[in-house]
Amino acid sequence: MLADKDRIFTNLYGYQSWHIDAAMKRGDWDDTKALMARGQDAIIDEVKASGLRGRGGAGFPTGMKWSFMPKEPKPGKPNFLVINADESEPGSCKDREIIRHDPHRLVEGALIAGFAMRARAAYIYIRGEYIREAEVLFAAVREAYDKGFLGKNACGSGYDFDVFVHRGAGAYICGEETAMLESLEGHKGQPRLKPPFPAGAGLYGCPTTVNNVESIAVVPTILRRGASWFASIGRPKNEGTKLFQISGHVNKPCVVEEAMSIPFRELIEKHCGGIRGGWDNLLAVIPGGSSVPLVPAHEIIDCPMDFDALKELKSGLGTAAVIVMDKSTDVVRAISRLSYFYKHESCGQCTPCREGTGWMWRVMERLRTGEAEIEEIDTLHEVTKQVEGHTICALGDAAAWPIQGLIRHFRPELERRIVERRGESSFAQAAE
Amino acid sequence: MPKLTVDGIEVEVPQGATVLQACEAAGKEIPRFCFHERLAIAGNCRMCLVEVKPGPPKPQASCALPASDNQEVRTDSLMVKKAREGVMEFLLINHPLDCPICDQGGECDLQDQAMAYGRGFSRFDENKRAVTDKYMGPIIKTSMNRCIQCTRCVRFSEQVAGVEEIGAIGRGENMQITTYLEKTLTSELSGNVADLCPVGALLQKPYSFEARPWELKKTPSIDVHDAVGSNVRLDSRGRQVMRVLPRINEDVNEEWLSDKSRHAIDGMVRRRLDRVFVRKSGKLQPASWEEAFAEIAKHADGTMAAIAGDLVDCETMYAAKTLLKSFGSELLEGRQTGMDYDCSSLAAVNFNTTIAGIEDADAILLVGTNVRLEAPLVNTRIRKAVRRGAKVFAIGPEADLTYKVEWLGNDLGLLGKLPQAAADAFGAAERPAVIVGGGALKAGALGAALALVGPLNLVRDDWNGFNVLHMAASRMGGLMLGYAQKGGIADILAASPKLTFFLGADEVDFSKFDNSFKVYVGHHGDKGAHHADVILPAASYVEKSGTFVNLEGRVQVAQQAVFAPGEAREDWKIFRALSEVLGKPLSFDTLAELRAAMIGEVPALGLDGAIAPFEWTLPKLPAKASGPVGYPISDFYLTNAICRASPTMQRCSAEIVHGQEFAEAAE
Repeated sequence: MLADKDRIFTNLYGYQSWHIDAAMKRGDWDDTKALMARGQDAIIDEVKASGLRGRGGAGFPTGMKWSFMPKEPKPGKPNFLVINADESEPGSCKDREIIRHDPHRLVEGALIAGFAMRARAAYIYIRGEYIREAEVLFAAVREAYDKGFLGKNACGSGYDFDVFVHRGAGAYICGEETAMLESLEGHKGQPRLKPPFPAGAGLYGCPTTVNNVESIAVVPTILRRGASWFASIGRPKNEGTKLFQISGHVNKPCVVEEAMSIPFRELIEKHCGGIRGGWDNLLAVIPGGSSVPLVPAHEIIDCPMDFDALKELKSGLGTAAVIVMDKSTDVVRAISRLSYFYKHESCGQCTPCREGTGWMWRVMERLRTGEAEIEEIDTLHEVTKQVEGHTICALGDAAAWPIQGLIRHFRPELERRIVERRGESSFAQAAE
Repeated sequence: MPKLTVDGIEVEVPQGATVLQACEAAGKEIPRFCFHERLAIAGNCRMCLVEVKPGPPKPQASCALPASDNQEVRTDSLMVKKAREGVMEFLLINHPLDCPICDQGGECDLQDQAMAYGRGFSRFDENKRAVTDKYMGPIIKTSMNRCIQCTRCVRFSEQVAGVEEIGAIGRGENMQITTYLEKTLTSELSGNVADLCPVGALLQKPYSFEARPWELKKTPSIDVHDAVGSNVRLDSRGRQVMRVLPRINEDVNEEWLSDKSRHAIDGMVRRRLDRVFVRKSGKLQPASWEEAFAEIAKHADGTMAAIAGDLVDCETMYAAKTLLKSFGSELLEGRQTGMDYDCSSLAAVNFNTTIAGIEDADAILLVGTNVRLEAPLVNTRIRKAVRRGAKVFAIGPEADLTYKVEWLGNDLGLLGKLPQAAADAFGAAERPAVIVGGGALKAGALGAALALVGPLNLVRDDWNGFNVLHMAASRMGGLMLGYAQKGGIADILAASPKLTFFLGADEVDFSKFDNSFKVYVGHHGDKGAHHADVILPAASYVEKSGTFVNLEGRVQVAQQAVFAPGEAREDWKIFRALSEVLGKPLSFDTLAELRAAMIGEVPALGLDGAIAPFEWTLPKLPAKASGPVGYPISDFYLTNAICRASPTMQRCSAEIVHGQEFAEAAE
């Protein structure tokens, strides 16, 4: 269990004020100039050494991502940092807590990260539905400007850096990094083709790095306490602390900062007061937000919660939005609802996702009630395979995986419904 | 030059080529819907998936993937086959499969590729999506159930046509292609989106339910509605041309066609002159050829004149010229509206940069020309140049040309003293170009424009930036054949001809010819026929084989697609027969003989497909010009007798030019 002294987000629950004075007492903006004085390459090396992996879901090493940015931006083509605060994944709510209660960690992180990648400015793209959070963020950025921490000669470092906050309009797909860039530019939020990757041609055609809020917000603390401290937490290759967001059928749902690789049982027992109805009542867990396949109870209970261990279970850590389902859950209906979400949020640009998500949802709805043939389970599985890996962005994959997980682990349940429905109807006919 | 292998075949492709192009270089067919050579890459249909090593273990969209060294591309693996089948299945699940009643049937990309790459059966048991049809104006008919969201139409209207009027609204399976608020498309190139549409979602409205592609005879031809000389294919059934489609010619029209060239074709069966008329006691009465010829013979003498219209071919003009010559007359004129610009140097009235070449210009000055209306397909080239960074300046009334233009003002005096910004841009330009339009020619600005050749250094080693933009398909051919008097029509009037032939000429001020016996040789009952004393029904451009020279001097031969209606005959045959009656028989009996004689006289007219070599000489002209210019075309859709007879063009004019609203009949 993570010791209190190792917590990065010390005001996660909002017991103190989020304003800059309180934040500075908690250590934010403490001699940021000295951190920047270490030099851009030193910062990137430190982040690399810390083993920080992107907290947005894919788990790509953050330091390496930064190192892809041009060391000397061409004239007229400045580097940009875009911070992804379009947190719309069902189950995820960590960025919301950071922005609500600890926004200065993010703003300071934006300056340091932007400085390290030689960016001219950072854009924070915040989810449209986060109205209060956006207000806090606007105010926090204003406070930082007023103190001289941002803008010309930010923190007295001699580096000019701006932070802009941009509100989204409520589309899940704008959380995809290239769709976010399109949206920022004022276009319809549709993912771009890759290559070129944003590090080559991103926002307005300039080199751009898109990072998650949490990835950026932990950077100042990593620099202050050292890469080795951060790397000492968690398993190798899965180092550091992580905000877990536990929802569903636990006694006390919560957002909590914990060490990576904490076993699932420990996470639930320590912070959530256990599973509703006890451990025997656990049915399945979606460990990383709606996009990852669910994992049945017996596989997850003693699994370390990190990128690699969950990957071995053919699932993923994602954003660490742990959705716990006990045996009262209609698991087919739950997954069908997720399918509806992806059908609703597909941008419609490329064929497999546009057509496939609707098809999958409709079949899922019939499987929920059992109005289907058993062969359709296989057809559905094949359709998910036809979507997966054939699309421009990962939304197609995200729509396919939960269904694949359901079929992998709960096929008997699907078949039971079909057979039962059929049995009932034939029984009813006989009675006539 | 990356080297890679496609299915084991090694190919080398130019730098910047895509994997799709590499596959084509290796002779492999890659199915596609959204990809189009002339539009930006969208990569959204996912039909062109191939397996590429090195790379992620999933198929990649070949249209968007740059080819690079040592790639191993497979187009025949199981992974690729499954991927194609999968995408095709997705495309078809919500497609209505109403091919039997779809106009695209028989020439549909989706149909063809479903046969080649599809599974052949459907596993989709749900209800299909229904999409309401959208109103897009008089040219485009929509059937949006069939749309596969490839966005070719969106990209065309944005990138090529320059009107951001088509877009996609909604997302996911609710994404729909529409014009915003279902407004009429205002582009003069809108018909091309129906060509681009790989399915039957966007169709040509005037052609809907008219014919099936397999019953049409296809004839290569040349368009005459402007001076661009677009290459077209005439699709005819029986005696009627049912539709006009663009033919690819990279040097002329690429693969686009203006709406007028495409849809004026329904004017071909309306208001046609299909019998001979002779004016008796003030009224035009049906007559026989013999009667008409006898009537003409009464007036034939050495003062006879010929005025050529905008749509006639060189053969017609040559036949008339030969007839006049045998009487000792050289009273030939093609500039119907009375223009009298100097034609002593044909190069000085030619589009010397060439249509394709104007794409490379980096500074362009438009003098009294609304290129968008006068030559839409030259306008798309200028738009391309602008997208590549060219600066465009213009003298004339402000108009929307679909790209950024710096309007210098409406005063030809500016030619003598270009504003500093323009002068600087031209000073720095490596390939400067000046385009002089009909409006400027009329205002007498040719000399002033030619005076810029030296100061702006327009003519360089491999670059000639001086251009005149004509609007009549017959113009350059007519000038080559001598259809130009020094003083224009005024010179003809001064000679007071007893007999004047009007070769499809409808824009002449006929009141000045009251003392002349007027013979109208043409195909449509328009202004010219109205004033004529004798009407000899002739063939339109689809009913004869003819040579046309476009505005850049390119000589092109159109083929005959159908036969002229009724008693109408090919124009040259009319003159041949008439010459017999007049007692001075012409020397040719066949079209081939006529052509040989014509080429003997003007050798450049034999260069089929090539640009006639005009020697670059600067005529000595007064370099002064002043005053405002006006654009000659006020109504793009009604510029000649064929369009004026076309219901589609009349509707376009009413709706797009005059803003009249039409209620769509409920279906």
